[in-house]
Amino acid sequence: MMIDDLDQRLLSAIQQGLPMSPRPYAELGAQIGLSESEVLARLTALKQDGLIKRLGVIVKHRQLGYRANAMVVWDIPDDQVQHIGQLISRLEFVNLCYRRPRHGATWPYNLFCMIHGKSKETVLQQLALLEQACHTQAFPKQVLFSRRCFKQRGAIYRKFEPATAHG
Amino acid sequence: MLTPLHKRLLNDYQRDFPLSPTPYQDIALELGVSEEDVIDAFVELDEQDVITRIGPVIPPNRIGVSTLAAISVPETELEAVAQIISAYPEVNHNYEREHRFNLWFVVIAADAQHLAQVLADIEQQTGYPVMSLPLMEDYFIDLSFKLDLHDD
Repeated sequence: MMIDDLDQRLLSAIQQGLPMSPRPYAELGAQIGLSESEVLARLTALKQDGLIKRLGVIVKHRQLGYRANAMVVWDIPDDQVQHIGQLISRLEFVNLCYRRPRHGATWPYNLFCMIHGKSKETVLQQLALLEQACHTQAFPKQVLFSRRCFKQRGAIYRKFEPATAHG
Repeated sequence: MLTPLHKRLLNDYQRDFPLSPTPYQDIALELGVSEEDVIDAFVELDEQDVITRIGPVIPPNRIGVSTLAAISVPETELEAVAQIISAYPEVNHNYEREHRFNLWFVVIAADAQHLAQVLADIEQQTGYPVMSLPLMEDYFIDLSFKLDLHDD
């Protein structure tokens, strides 16, 4: 689906955060020259079309006590990766599950998932459940717990400067 | 401290924030409080730094292109390299992880050419090769997060 320039500007504006005031969509529209009703109609359409996956509160799970976060990766044969990926994605404690390319011998892993928990122990227990439920025990894997978070924020979609802007 | 109102706002409004002229009023009616209570509570959540914002989540590669990238950096240089990478507006998440590849970040750009340029630029600025692992298949993406907010 194509989005037009106004949608692009609207997404860019709302990604800075919906104003916390009584008429937030009117305020948003005022920044980019759209009426409140146009803003609402466009956001509703973007959501229906799946270009907005969800609209709402974006929580900082770390600040809420979910301090352990593991990215778990496996090397799964290509003819099984989709099936296993779909099994993993059904588990309640998994938030993301992706297939990505391998990167030679340094990175032979092609299936990624993310598990958040209040402690490392919880995450490892959940991982053990996952391995049992999805029959992944036999495949090589790595568990990458997060340490410091240097940046977490939504993607900024905007009109990009020419690439030379970064030198 | 999180009040019961804070907890409701955190758990119940991650997905379908009201798309109406007065969303905070709508939430207030649903929860039996005043509009001012709702707005104040959101401002408090923001000030307490437990929410990033109220806004949209856009699936990867629907608008623009993105990749998950990783870099392997000596511990002593990690902080400096992380700062360089975080400074790019095209970078959104940037995490240290326990692995030889110890810095993981997501890069988003309008098109593939711009994305490649950002990655090349990061390699040049940091002096380390970047491993780029773009999404091939998404088995599931639901970034709303069921929170257990019992005080424990």
